[in-house]
Amino acid sequence: MTTAGGLLLPFAVLIPFVGAMAGLVLGGRNAPRVAMLTIATGLAIAIAIAATWSRSGATITYLLGGWAPPLGIALRSDGLSVAMMLAVAVVIAGIGVYARGDFDTPSAVREARAPMLYWLLLLAVWGSLNLVFVSGDLFTLYVALELLTFAGVPLVCLDGKGETLRAALRYLLYALAGSVLYLLGAVFLYGESGTLDIALLAERVRPTPVAWVAVALMTVGLLAKTALFPLHLWLPPAHAGAPPAASAVLSALVVKGSFFIVIRLWFDAAPALPGFTAAQLLGGLGAAAILFGSVVALRQERLKLLIAYSTLAQIGYLFLMFPLAFDASSGALVRGGALMGGTLQAISHATAKAAMFMAAGLIYKAYGHDRIADLAGAARRAPLSVLAFVVGGVALMGVLPSGAYLAKKLLLDASDATGQWWWEWVLQAGGFLTTSYVVLFVVHALRTGDPSQAPHAAVPRFQGAAALALALCSLALALAAVVGPVPWALLASALSAKEVASTLVTVVVGSVLAFTLARRIPSFPVGLFAAVGPSRFVMVTIGDGLARIDSVLRQWTIAGLSLLTLALLFGAAMRANGATCCG
Amino acid sequence: MSGAALFGLVACALIGVGLYGLIVNPQPLRKILAFNVVGSGVFLLFGVIARRGAALGMGGDPVPQALLITGIVVAFSATALAVTVLLRLYDETGSTTLASETPVPADTGANPQ
Repeated sequence: MTTAGGLLLPFAVLIPFVGAMAGLVLGGRNAPRVAMLTIATGLAIAIAIAATWSRSGATITYLLGGWAPPLGIALRSDGLSVAMMLAVAVVIAGIGVYARGDFDTPSAVREARAPMLYWLLLLAVWGSLNLVFVSGDLFTLYVALELLTFAGVPLVCLDGKGETLRAALRYLLYALAGSVLYLLGAVFLYGESGTLDIALLAERVRPTPVAWVAVALMTVGLLAKTALFPLHLWLPPAHAGAPPAASAVLSALVVKGSFFIVIRLWFDAAPALPGFTAAQLLGGLGAAAILFGSVVALRQERLKLLIAYSTLAQIGYLFLMFPLAFDASSGALVRGGALMGGTLQAISHATAKAAMFMAAGLIYKAYGHDRIADLAGAARRAPLSVLAFVVGGVALMGVLPSGAYLAKKLLLDASDATGQWWWEWVLQAGGFLTTSYVVLFVVHALRTGDPSQAPHAAVPRFQGAAALALALCSLALALAAVVGPVPWALLASALSAKEVASTLVTVVVGSVLAFTLARRIPSFPVGLFAAVGPSRFVMVTIGDGLARIDSVLRQWTIAGLSLLTLALLFGAAMRANGATCCG
Repeated sequence: MSGAALFGLVACALIGVGLYGLIVNPQPLRKILAFNVVGSGVFLLFGVIARRGAALGMGGDPVPQALLITGIVVAFSATALAVTVLLRLYDETGSTTLASETPVPADTGANPQ
C-alpha cells in the first residue's frame, strides 16, 4: 500500500538527523557547512513531496518494513502535512542563513560548544517536526513529540547562564508532565480500540467514558507542550532567554509540533468524539490566551519578552479554528475552511514570528540592550531589522493581503457559516491587540535618536536580509494560498473600501490600546495627554491586574493543578455531548 | 480480584502518587523522580492492557509490549536530559530551585539577560 513517492517520507525524517550526526562527527568548524548542505537537501525533499502530492492528489503513504497497520507503522502525508513540511523547510532555511552570523565558530578555536550545538539542535528540531507531520499513528507521534522536546530544551539554555538553565529545566519538566499525560491517554485509547493507527482509530473510536478520558488527557498534555493559556508557565522565560536564532526556532516551529498533533487527534483520529462543548472550551482557552498574552505583552519593557508574550497570544489565535470547524449536523469536526484558515495562520505565524525574533536579536546587537523605550533611532541604526519587524507584525495583524488576513477571512466565514457569531468578536479583538504591540514598537523605533551615538556592534546586512525575507514570506503566503486551495475571491476583495475602512479601524483601535496600556509612551502634546490620562489610568490598572493573574497562573503548583483541572473539564465537556448525542 | 486487575490498580496508584509528587514538590530532582513514578505507572497500565487484550493461547498482546519498551527508553532519555540540566544548573547557580520569577512579571521581566 506504499504509494508512489512514498520513499520520500522516511527520507524527509532521516536527512536532518543524518546531517546532525554528520555535524557531530565532523566537528565544530564543519557543523554550519553540514547544516547548510542538509538544509538544501531537506528543502529539495520537501518540494519533491509537495510535487508528488499535487500530482497524485492523494495521501502519500509509506509502510515501514512493508507491514500494514495495525501491526506495522504507516507514514502518511496528506495536504496538511505537505503544507507544514514546506513551511518548516523554508523557515529553517531562513533561520539557518541568519544563524550563520550568530553561531559561526570563532576563528581562534577549533570547536566551540554553543555554536556547534546550535546547528545540531536545529537539524534535530527539523527532523522531529518532519516526523510529527508524517506520522500515521499516535505512538510514533509520541516519540516525535519527545524528540522535539529534547531538541528544543537545550536550545533554551544554549548560553549556559543560570537563569536560562532554570527556564530550560522548567520547560523540560512541564513538557514531560504533558507528554506523560499524552501517553496515558494513548494507552487508554489502545485499550479501547486495539490500535493506535490514526486511520483505523477514526473507524473504531466510540463515545465511551474511556475514550473521553483518553482524548481529554491527550489534549491537555499537548496543550501543556503548546503553552496554551493557562498552561503557559514555561514559555515567556524560555523564549525570551534563548539566543535570538534559537528563540526563532522555539517560537516559530517547536510549538507548532504539538499543535499539529492536536489537529491530528481532533480532526483525524476522533472527529466525532469531542463535540460542541469541548470545542468551545478549546476556543475559549484560545480567546483567553489572546487577551492575557497581548495585554501582558504591552506591559513589557523588553522587546524579547514582548515578542514571547505575543507568541502566547498568537498560539491562542491558532486554537480558534477548533470550534469553528465543528459541523452541527454531523456532530463532528470537519476539514474545511476553518482548518485551512487555522493552518494558514500557523504558517504565517511561523514565518512572521521567526522574522520578529531575528529582528529583535539584531536590534539587541545594534544597541546592546532591548528596552523598547530606549530604541529611538532604530530605523537609522538597523533599518532592515526594523522593516522586518514591522512587516512581520503587519502580516500578523491580518490587515494587508497577507497569510493571516486570508486566515482571518476564512475563520470569519466559518463563524458565519456555523452561526457562532461570538468568535467574530474574538477574531476582531485579536486583530486590535496584535496591532497594538506592533504600533508600540513602531512609535518607539521611529523616533529620531542621537545620531552621534555609535552602534553597539556591527549588524551584518545578510542577517537583516534573512529576517526581512522571512517576513515577506508572510505576506507572500496570501499569493501562495490562492494559487493553492484558497478561493481567489477572498483575496480579490482585499482592497475594497470596506476592507480598507476596517484596516483603518484596526490601526486606530490598536494604537489607542498601545497608548493606554504601554508602560512608557513617548511624550505627547499636552492637550492630548490630558485626554488620554484618565483612560490610561483605568487601562493600566486593568493591564496590571491581568498581569498579576498571569503571574499567579505561572506558579508551578497552580499550573500543575490547571493541567489536571483542564483534563477534568475536557472530559466533562465531552461527556456532556456524548450523553445527548447519537452514541 | 484477578492478577491483571491488581496490577491495574497498582498502576493507577503509581500514576496518582507520581502526579501528586510532580505538582507539589518544589525541588526539581523530586519532580524528575515523580515523573519516573508516573511513567512506571503508565507502562504498567500498558502491560495490563496487553495481558487483558491477549488473544487465545498467548501470554500477552505483543504490540503494547513493543510500544512500552520504546516508552521506557524515551522516559530514560528524558530523565538523563533532565538530570544533566539540573546538574548544570547546580554548577552554575549553586542551588536547585526552579523559582526565579518576581511576583509581578511586568517589572523587570523574567530574566536579567
